[in-house]
Amino acid sequence: MPFSDKLSTLLAQAGSRRDPATGAISVPIYQTASFSHPALGRSTGFDYSRTSNPTRLALEETLARADGGARGFAFASGLAALDTLLRLFAPGDRIVVTEDLYGGTFRLFERVFRPLGVTAVYVDSSDAAAVQRALEDPCARAVFVETPTNPLLKIADIRALAALTRARDALLIVDNTFLTPCQLRPLDLGADVVAYSATKFLAGHNDVVAGALVAGTPALAEKIAFLQNACGAVLGPQDAWLTLRGLKTLPLRLQRQQENASAIASWLTAHPRVRRVLYPGLPTHPGHAILVRDGNGFGGMVSFEVADPARIPAILEQVRVFLFAESLGGVESLITYPAVQTHADIDPATRERLGINASLLRLSVGIEDPDDLIHDLETVL
Amino acid sequence: MNDRTRLIHSGCDRDPHTGASSIPVYQVSTFHQEDPEHLGPYDYARSGNPTRAALEQTAAVLENGATGLAFASGMAAISSTLLLFNPGDHLVVGRDVYGGTYRILTTLFARWKLDVTFADATDPEAVRRAVTPATRGLFVESPANPLLQVTDLRAMAAIAREHNLLSITDNTFMTPLLQRPLDLGFDIVLHSATKFLGGHSDLIAGLAVTRAAETGKRLRAIQNAFGAILGPQDSWLLLRGIKTLGVRLDAQQRTAATVAAWLRQHPRVKRVFYPGLADHPGHAIHAGQATGPGAVVSFELADRAAAVGFLKRVRLPLVAVSLGGVESILSYPATMSHAAMPPAERLTRGITDELIRLSAGLETAEDLIADFDTAFTGKAARA
Repeated sequence: MPFSDKLSTLLAQAGSRRDPATGAISVPIYQTASFSHPALGRSTGFDYSRTSNPTRLALEETLARADGGARGFAFASGLAALDTLLRLFAPGDRIVVTEDLYGGTFRLFERVFRPLGVTAVYVDSSDAAAVQRALEDPCARAVFVETPTNPLLKIADIRALAALTRARDALLIVDNTFLTPCQLRPLDLGADVVAYSATKFLAGHNDVVAGALVAGTPALAEKIAFLQNACGAVLGPQDAWLTLRGLKTLPLRLQRQQENASAIASWLTAHPRVRRVLYPGLPTHPGHAILVRDGNGFGGMVSFEVADPARIPAILEQVRVFLFAESLGGVESLITYPAVQTHADIDPATRERLGINASLLRLSVGIEDPDDLIHDLETVL
Repeated sequence: MNDRTRLIHSGCDRDPHTGASSIPVYQVSTFHQEDPEHLGPYDYARSGNPTRAALEQTAAVLENGATGLAFASGMAAISSTLLLFNPGDHLVVGRDVYGGTYRILTTLFARWKLDVTFADATDPEAVRRAVTPATRGLFVESPANPLLQVTDLRAMAAIAREHNLLSITDNTFMTPLLQRPLDLGFDIVLHSATKFLGGHSDLIAGLAVTRAAETGKRLRAIQNAFGAILGPQDSWLLLRGIKTLGVRLDAQQRTAATVAAWLRQHPRVKRVFYPGLADHPGHAIHAGQATGPGAVVSFELADRAAAVGFLKRVRLPLVAVSLGGVESILSYPATMSHAAMPPAERLTRGITDELIRLSAGLETAEDLIADFDTAFTGKAARA
């Protein structure tokens, strides 16, 4: 575990010691739009909260350190972070994108950026050769991957993809929402920028909507800082503070979530009413070896196919400990039906081809007691 | 349902109207009444607020009591509870209760003619001897602050039953996850929820949970009339903190145990106080009434200069009052929690000038130990 130890110490004290005037252990919530200037031509370092806000900065600096990046940026949502990032590109540019992508990101690419001339080309990003072929397109400027993917939990080989993008002078963007810097540090593996829906594991309590980017180099950070300020989809101070509060327990939460997810995945594997279990922590999972080599864990997400899809409405209605809700990564366990919830924006034929079928359920495993979670699933299955 | 699941699913973990996975913050003072003759469950937010009610119900579920009540601070919970007594009533109080409790009993409540005898609660016979015909209540803490003395809570509850006393305990150091005093026979359990329950050093709050609904009703009337309630923002934040109590306390306790064992063998450390150590005088009793030793460790260095020097050199923990947060905190009882006590009185209680209290946070034990080691020896701190 090359970085986890230091990370838990760093995160436990995230935002502490930032208020020398009072010594307050918790960073103050600077609910302010503007900052007065000491004199003409002088600034405290803060002028206007869209540009920078001390509470948001505490979060952004923590995110940057956690991922080993040059600079972090906090946004109003995960999609606001991606929207801002995609403005780095110009009409005519093509981006090679994970095919079983989060439905909201797919919608952003297809309904917002395609009409503007920035085109997504979808590939199986767990297949480096497929990514390489797509990158032969002279207009390809970037690779955007989710790993593990949502909801099929396929694993991309970030090291291999980074070698490809570097050779082509393209950007490698990794959506690291599922593993977080506790379990995967894409910048260390050669990625250029990491994106997050901080709503999920980073904030961790299903009570904040937030997004983040971490840029690997100062040059890229400068471009993103310009866009963050110019487009303005920033995170407010209250939510920045709550996200920072969530980060303090991230290592503990994720560890417990992984332990629970692992127990549930093993249990589901043996269940007669379950057809298939997708969890990267299972040694039989095709991406398992990559995470063993490059990561520090397997996350808290488990997807599975039930043998009889006609049971799904009853399952979703009868769960007692699991909440039937979209989103993921919180302390509470959630169950989602991707085909009709998170991935409804992808056309049915594509969904079926990818494997996001009518039998598939996705679990975001929380920090409850594993026996209670398994008992809940046993009852409804 | 397992305790760790109950922390997250206490029965008030989602909004019944919208399904929101977080209870709404009802930042409101008053509630419209559809029927002026039959008022709804909420009329004025001092009397009841839905966000606070979710917290209060959670507290009751966790402590296995009938009624939970949330207050503006731990001291607000304690002082509101003490208003259950009448002038002329006599209380037996553990000698080592929190300094704030000692202060209100010896000043404010003394003026209102509440009569108090402080007894060594680690000795049930001493407590029994302190009971008089006028005694109406018994108030103890276990483990005590800052020396972690252990009181036999079952024995205390038995004495209280025998003499028909209202038994009260402050469970701040343990939380319901490690110790459930109502199950051991106590009538009221109190918390400074600022500490482990809130857990992030970012709010001030207190809780009371009563075993009987009848006691809860009396305390509810005091809460409403006296009005030292917890606001909706802090109620919500406290509920959020409680969700990670299980993972936090497990990790903090593990770190505390590792650091305590390390301190014990360090040549610069004179004594270590931690109920998890096998030779702690209360070790066996504690193991019989709690499921873990907690995350607070106290220790003595050679003298005042060594203690002060260590606190100045240490880099990782915060040097501050309070405890129970995700950040490790070192406190110096002589100038902090027990500053108001005359030095002679303080020394008879064993709170010496060389005593330091650690509240273990979520940093790794290895990082804390490396930092302490450097600070003990006085070598220049590493970059």
